[in-house]
Amino acid sequence: MSPILVGPLAVGAISTVLALIIAVLDKVLNNYGEVEISINGGEKKLKVKGGSPLLGTLAAEGIFVPSACGGRGTCGACKCKVLTDVGPHLPTELPYMSPADIKENIRLSCQVKVRKNLEIELPRELFSIKKYRTRVEKIRSVTHDIKEVLFALESGEIEFQAGQYVQLVVPPYGEIKESVQRAYSMSSVPSGRRHVELLIRLVPGGIATTWVHKYLKEGDAVELVGPFGEFHVHDTPAAMICVAGGSGMAPFKSMFYHLYESNAFPEKEIWYFFGARTGKDMFYVDELRALQEKWPRFHFVPALSEPAAEEHWQGETGLITDVLDRYLQHSIPRSEKGWEGYLCGSPGMINACIAVMRKNGITEDKIYYDKFA
Amino acid sequence: MIDAPNVGLFSLFLASILTSNVLLANFLGTCSFISISKDFKSSMGLGVAVTMVIGITAAICWMVLYFIIKPLGIEYLSFIIFIIVIAGVVQMLEMIIDRFSPALYMALGIFLPLITVNCAVLGVILFMQIRKYNFPQAVVFGFGSGAGWWLAIMLLASIRRKLDTNNAIPAGLKGTGITLITIGFMAMAFVGFSGMISVQ
Repeated sequence: MSPILVGPLAVGAISTVLALIIAVLDKVLNNYGEVEISINGGEKKLKVKGGSPLLGTLAAEGIFVPSACGGRGTCGACKCKVLTDVGPHLPTELPYMSPADIKENIRLSCQVKVRKNLEIELPRELFSIKKYRTRVEKIRSVTHDIKEVLFALESGEIEFQAGQYVQLVVPPYGEIKESVQRAYSMSSVPSGRRHVELLIRLVPGGIATTWVHKYLKEGDAVELVGPFGEFHVHDTPAAMICVAGGSGMAPFKSMFYHLYESNAFPEKEIWYFFGARTGKDMFYVDELRALQEKWPRFHFVPALSEPAAEEHWQGETGLITDVLDRYLQHSIPRSEKGWEGYLCGSPGMINACIAVMRKNGITEDKIYYDKFA
Repeated sequence: MIDAPNVGLFSLFLASILTSNVLLANFLGTCSFISISKDFKSSMGLGVAVTMVIGITAAICWMVLYFIIKPLGIEYLSFIIFIIVIAGVVQMLEMIIDRFSPALYMALGIFLPLITVNCAVLGVILFMQIRKYNFPQAVVFGFGSGAGWWLAIMLLASIRRKLDTNNAIPAGLKGTGITLITIGFMAMAFVGFSGMISVQ
């Protein structure tokens, strides 16, 4: 045989043999047989195939532990309590664990491999979380970088509280080789049980947002997992002081229209501060002003921080925190019912708003928020 | 079939740890040596992993060398083949340890896959090829070199524990600077062993 061929063939053969051995080893060694996962002291028992991370194993059984990164150990959302001893916490888990978490055996379910029978504890609500097959019914640009996407459920109905979020399952596309999941607050009302609407702002370089803005078309099939989240209207007479920026509009749109429709918590006054930089970042102004006209307890305060002269902006000007401060001090009547803060937006905006609210006498346990990381 | 050097296994073992310490005599594998030695516990884990990987890959690469590479006359490809074998063996080791000793797997953590690119491993295998060791010699040399690397990183980690709390070190030398100087001193100290045994 020609010496030119011998070399490549030998290297190829050695690589193939090694790859085969690894594949066989993987089959043999990663076979843990059938194991049982017992949830909440035997309330639910699952027979599963061992060898995969807990997060994926549970998802295959229809139990969806929230996870924003899709199991790569970068979001720290998929915490769950594992009662069986599965070894010490991994270095990949430690950044997301408080000392109390470690003491209570809280683990990241994406990092714990199912090797033997496990006993775990999960919040009850997770059992109602489902994966929904949907079709994109409508995509509309509400600003230059925010799209309003309406998904129609193919079958079944979704039950959720206004303010909760779903995970959008992004399939592999272009350069992205793995499916990822990202969390988005629902902007539709809970009574529209066959539809889910999301507001998605284009983040440069964002995997999910790029997909929605550049690839997603009306009629496409998309999977949603949910509902998740603790952000909802609290049952007290206190006035709601809501502040949002950008796509942080979503949970509030859902809450306001839900409250309007159902006339729930009729004692609650609602103040909504929405901040944007210029007129082209502002949206839903006409709709919300119309809502304010017909619904006396709703007060809408849109504010631009840098309105262009030719826009003829009719509304508040200045940073949303300054506008909020001004209103809390001078315009919103103080009553014995008190105030509650509801925030949704970037971490920077939320932290700044918390500071303003505390300065004006809203204690931190009365401030509720969803942070977009 | 091999013209193996006439050296006893025990002296070869000692020599590979002390006189021709792969790290302090040949300065191979210094990148992970410097970065990991700042933590004593990780140094221990990495030392175990390197010893195991060098020992086992030396044995396997010896077989590949004398049963595949030499008969086919493709010595010019030995670098590539050795690297492929090292990568494959590390992968297998990782799976085996994960299955049979999860505790050790946790302890080694990220270090095991990182060893694939540790030049000490390839270095030892190339020495084995150049010095024409026979199979028992190759295995002993492999484990010995690994143990030597392990010894060196443990020594350095112990020294660095003291260095970290020493305020007399000028700010500009702290960290990698003083570590490199320390390694230099350690290498000179190891030269003191050279009268004992020598292997080429």
